[in-house]
Amino acid sequence: MMSGKRATRIRNPLLELVLARLREFFREPAAIFWTYGFPTVLALALGVAFSGGTVPKAIPIAVLSGLRQAERVQVLTQDPGLHVEAMTDQEAQRRFQGARIVLAVSGGDEARYQFDPTHPEAEAIRRRIDDRLQRAAGRLDSLVSSDDHIRSPGARYIDFLVPGLIGMNIMSSSLWGIGYALVEARKRKLLKRLAATPMKRSHFVGSFLIARMVFLVTEVATILAFALLVFDVRFQGSILAAALLSVTGAMAFAGLGLLASSRTTSTETVSGLMNLIMLPMFVLSGVFFSAAHFPDWMQVFIRPLPLTLLNDGLRAVINEGAGLADIAVPLGALAIGAVATLAAGLRWFRWT
Amino acid sequence: MSMAIKVRGLVHKYGDVIAVNGIDIDVAEGQCFGLLGPNGAGKTTTVEILEGLLTPTSGEVSILGHSWKGDANAIRQRLGIALQETTLADRLTVREIVRLFRSFHDRGADPDAVIATAGLTDKNDAWVMKLSGGQKQRLAIACALVGDPDLLFLDEPTTGLDPQARRDLWEVVGDVVRRGRTCLLTTHYMEEAERLCHRVAIMDKGRIIAEGTPAELIGRLGGSQVLEFGSAPGMGADALNGLPGVREARHVLDRWRLTVDAAHEAVPALLERLKEHGNELTALSTHQASLDDVFVSLTGRTLRGEP
Repeated sequence: MMSGKRATRIRNPLLELVLARLREFFREPAAIFWTYGFPTVLALALGVAFSGGTVPKAIPIAVLSGLRQAERVQVLTQDPGLHVEAMTDQEAQRRFQGARIVLAVSGGDEARYQFDPTHPEAEAIRRRIDDRLQRAAGRLDSLVSSDDHIRSPGARYIDFLVPGLIGMNIMSSSLWGIGYALVEARKRKLLKRLAATPMKRSHFVGSFLIARMVFLVTEVATILAFALLVFDVRFQGSILAAALLSVTGAMAFAGLGLLASSRTTSTETVSGLMNLIMLPMFVLSGVFFSAAHFPDWMQVFIRPLPLTLLNDGLRAVINEGAGLADIAVPLGALAIGAVATLAAGLRWFRWT
Repeated sequence: MSMAIKVRGLVHKYGDVIAVNGIDIDVAEGQCFGLLGPNGAGKTTTVEILEGLLTPTSGEVSILGHSWKGDANAIRQRLGIALQETTLADRLTVREIVRLFRSFHDRGADPDAVIATAGLTDKNDAWVMKLSGGQKQRLAIACALVGDPDLLFLDEPTTGLDPQARRDLWEVVGDVVRRGRTCLLTTHYMEEAERLCHRVAIMDKGRIIAEGTPAELIGRLGGSQVLEFGSAPGMGADALNGLPGVREARHVLDRWRLTVDAAHEAVPALLERLKEHGNELTALSTHQASLDDVFVSLTGRTLRGEP
C-alpha cells in the first residue's frame, strides 16, 4: 500500500466519532428543520396568535329590541373596545350559540344583561357596559380615576411559552437524536460492525452524549435569540442555572432514548415507544398551558415527570430570575433520573 | 507453520435449531481459506463466532493464538472484518469513514493508501449513499484493511453484486491475498472460491462435507469435464451404461449430469445412444468441472436458484 502523499494524521477515536455524529446531523436537512426550524415557527405562530398585536379586538355585543335600543347603541358605541349591534332577541340567541356575541343588553327601561357566566371575560364586560349606561343615565362618580397601561416583560403568554418550547425541544431532540439513531444503526448492522472493531464502547456512547451537548447549546440559543429579537422575551435569571438545567434535562431524556432503543431492531417500535413517552408530557407538563390547570389529584403524577421538572425550572430561571439555589430540587431530580436511565440503558444495550 | 485460525468441535444452536453442527477448521498463516455452501449452511454463524460477535454453544476457537475469552481487545486490534451487507452511515464520505475506522486501531495502514487499494480514490469525497453496491462493498473492504490486520474476514463480499462489480471486487481481494494476508472468505459462488482461495471447505447443513484445495476437490470427481443433457422422453440410468469415460452419472432437476474424462468422446457416443432409443435431445451442454460440480456430486443438489 503506497501513496505519494504524506500519511494522514490519525485522530483520537472519540473525536472521530463525535465528528461523525455532527456531520451526519448537519447533512440531514429534515433533522435541521425539526430541531431548529420547527420550534421557532411554533413560537412565532403561537406568539402572534396569543400576544394579540397592539390593539385588542373589539368585543361583539348586542342591544336588543325595545324603546331605548337606539339610545343604548349610541351610548355604547362611544366605547372603542366594543362592537355594538342592534338586533332582535331571536337573532341574539342565534349569535350566542355560535359564540359570535359575548353579551346582550335589553332595550327596555330596565337594563338586563344576558351572558354566559363561565365565559372568562363576561363579568368584566358586564361591569364595563353597566358603568357606561349608569353614567349616561346621570350617575356621578365621587372618586376621580384613570388608567395607565403597562406591558411588563415576563407576564405575557409568549413569555410563558418560550421556556416550555425549550423544554419540549430538549425532550424531543434528545429522545429522537439518541433513540432513533441507535436503532437505525443496529438495523443497518452498523452497531455489529463497530462492535467487531477495537472501538471502546464508552467512546461510542460518549460520542452520542457529547454531540447532543453541542446540538443542545445551538438549539436553546436559537430559540432564546429568536424570542428576544421577535417578541422581546428577556432572560431574567442565572445563565449558569439555565445551562445546568438544560444539560441535565437533556441527559435524562437521552437516558430514556437509550432505554427505549436498547434492544429493538425496528425503527417503528422505537418510534412508537418514544411517542408513548413524549405524548403525555406534551399535554401534562406545561408546554403550552400551565400544568396548574389540572386537578390536585393529578399533580402527584404530573410533578415528577421530567418535562414538568425541566419546564418549571426553566420558567423560574428565564421568567422569574431564579438562581442556581432556587432550582436545586428539579435539577437534583433530573440528575438522578439521568444517571438511572443511562445506567439501565447501557446495561440492557445490545450491539447485534 | 502456525495456525491463524484453529477450530475444534464447534457447535452453535439457536433454540432448537442447530446452525453449526460440530466443525473443525484450520487456517494457516498467509492462506486464503474459503468457506463455501448454499444459504443457510451455517457459514455466517461460523464466521460471527470466529469474529467474536457470537458465543458458541460449545467448541474451541483460537484466533491468532488467542481465545475470545481471554483478551478480546487484543484480537480485535489485529482483525479486519467485512460483514455481510453492512450499510455504513449514509451521509459520511468515503475518506471520513475509513479515517473513523482507522482511529479505532492502535496501529494500522494509511487511510488514503487503503482507499487507493480498494479503487475508491476518485470517490474520496462522495457520500456513502451515492456509491454503487460494488463501491460500497469495496469501502467495507477498505474499512477492514485500514487496521492493517493479520487476519481478514470477508463474509459473502460479492453477494448481490452484478458480474462486473463482482470481478472488480475479485481484483481487490485477489491483490490482498497475493500479498500474503491471511484471509477467511465465505461465499456461495463456487467460481469466487476457485479464483481466490488456496483451500476451501464445503459446508452444508451445519457440517463440513469436504475440504481441500480447489484442484484436489475437483480432482476427486474423477473426470475433468461435465456433460449435461436433457431428453424427451427421459432416459433411465441403464441406458447410459457403456458410454466411454463416464465417471459419475447423476439425475438432477430433470437432467442428467455426467462427469466424463473427455467430452469429445462422450458426446458422439451419447448422441448415438439417443438415436438408438429414439429419444429426442432437448438440451446439451459441456463445461470444465468446477466446485459447483463438486457440490452437486456431494449433495445431489445444485446451488442454482441463486444468481
